[in-house]
Amino acid sequence: MDRVPVLKIGDILLVSIQIDMEDQVALQLQEDLAEKIVATGCHGVIIDISALDIVDSFVGRTLATIASVSKVLDADTVVVGMRPAVAITLVELGLSLPGIRTALNVELGMELLAKARAELDWEAGDSGDDEDEPAVTAP
Amino acid sequence: MTTRDGVAAAERIEVTSDQDVVRVRQLVRATAVAVKLSLVDQTKVVTAASELARNTLVYGGGGSVEVLRVENGRRAGVKIVFADQGPGIPDLDLALTDGYTTGGGLGLGLSGARRLVDEFEIDTEAGRGTTISVTKWCR
Amino acid sequence: MVKSGAAARDLREAQPGGRYGEAAKMLSSQEGNSFADLLATHAEAVISAWTDEVAHSLRGRLSHAELQRQVTELQKGFQSALFGGALDLADDAAAELRAQLSELSSLRARQGFSANETAVSVFTLKDAILRVVNTDDAGSLRDYVSFSTFIDRAALFTFDSYVRVREELIADQAEQLLELSTPVVKLWEGVVAVPLVGTLDSARAQVVMERLLQSLVDTGSPYAIIDITGVPAVDTQVAQHILKTVVAARLMGADCIISGIRPQIAQTIVALGIEFGDIATKASLADALRYVLKLTGTTKRQER
Repeated sequence: MDRVPVLKIGDILLVSIQIDMEDQVALQLQEDLAEKIVATGCHGVIIDISALDIVDSFVGRTLATIASVSKVLDADTVVVGMRPAVAITLVELGLSLPGIRTALNVELGMELLAKARAELDWEAGDSGDDEDEPAVTAP
Repeated sequence: MTTRDGVAAAERIEVTSDQDVVRVRQLVRATAVAVKLSLVDQTKVVTAASELARNTLVYGGGGSVEVLRVENGRRAGVKIVFADQGPGIPDLDLALTDGYTTGGGLGLGLSGARRLVDEFEIDTEAGRGTTISVTKWCR
Repeated sequence: MVKSGAAARDLREAQPGGRYGEAAKMLSSQEGNSFADLLATHAEAVISAWTDEVAHSLRGRLSHAELQRQVTELQKGFQSALFGGALDLADDAAAELRAQLSELSSLRARQGFSANETAVSVFTLKDAILRVVNTDDAGSLRDYVSFSTFIDRAALFTFDSYVRVREELIADQAEQLLELSTPVVKLWEGVVAVPLVGTLDSARAQVVMERLLQSLVDTGSPYAIIDITGVPAVDTQVAQHILKTVVAARLMGADCIISGIRPQIAQTIVALGIEFGDIATKASLADALRYVLKLTGTTKRQER
């Protein structure tokens, strides 16, 4: 059975799904990620689905579960790179992926995670840093 | 109406495992590309096929999927027939309602798949199995 | 020898798209030969008479020299098809002739001639031939009827090709119009805008939606402004399409703002009971841009 690799980059776990996953592979990924979060103590997960030409309800549900499980383990999940055709299909299918944060690409996903972390830290009162990178900068 | 459509080619896959669902997706995609469906329509029909093939496996206890290239006058299309000898669907209206599920899914498989295709026919009887045929036409 | 009655029935069976194969041949080989001989013997006279007839039907919109060239080509086409043993327009020997006729139709269609004028360019060959046929001889007349059938078929074929070319032209133009009317512009770093102009039908809304979403990916812009200042009316269907675009963009990780909602449209939206939910709406494109810049700049800590 194929396995989706999970890479650690700094404080982030990066998963890039490059294959047409069997349901079993998706479930395996869900388990692997949970273990890896605990093992590494990472606080962010980025799942790159730019290579996926479809996302059906099973994959959608798996992504939602990963996000929920990660949250419990104190890690934020961002799904990045969804193709336009996939997004249009999901809307038609009626799947809105509630509770999942999304970004256009890995870079924006990392910014989103950094921002979410900074907000948490700010709420906890241990950082006065207001000037993190805005998603949009004036040219 | 569908009986008058000309069938240009047909292929059949027995669905008994996760891998077979992946094979159904790949065959439907190849066929959708061959009849020149737009990218969004390809994505829609492959997603619908994925949902319904999984239903055949999970609820029907396995069955067969036939993928056909069809023609109706000037239009070409993809027709997919999912057949199983499972328990059937006792309450069709309920099963076609968004969010209704008996299998622990999101309850979008049947109702969502119906929105992704142009024609949707379902023939089911409690205890005798279910046959669903869907067609997506080129615009 | 094919009776003219049978030939007339063949004609009625002529299908658009040209399924001529199953019908009986229109000419016997003897008729084919005499037709070819006739065209060859009287080539000059036929071409000249034919050119005149066509010129008359087109009322001087193509130069005489141009017409003469076309007609000469066609005459050669008919002649070589018949000498090659073509007894029917569907025969292999007539392939060259069919290609010529298609080309003529395509040319006429693009030049803006009507279907009638295009088909008449072929039909007039009959008048030209009538001038060189010995009308006192019963045998020649009978042959002439068969020739006519062949020419009729050729003209119908031309008509069909013309219609096909016109359909292609219309489809091309519709597509070009679609492209023209749905530009996606980059407004700022990370912000794209689609100014929608004109009526949005389902097909166009779909194109707009796909193009907008693709441009989000291509430019890596997390914000999109959909400006509907130029949309005359918003009905439930159009609103649905806009809503779906916004939801799809969100799934991809981008936010949409709708701007340019005119007072009547706001009234309609409320009257129709359309829920725009938590989608940001602004009166003008400038307001929308200001809003986006504010979101990403100074007030990024505040929740929207």
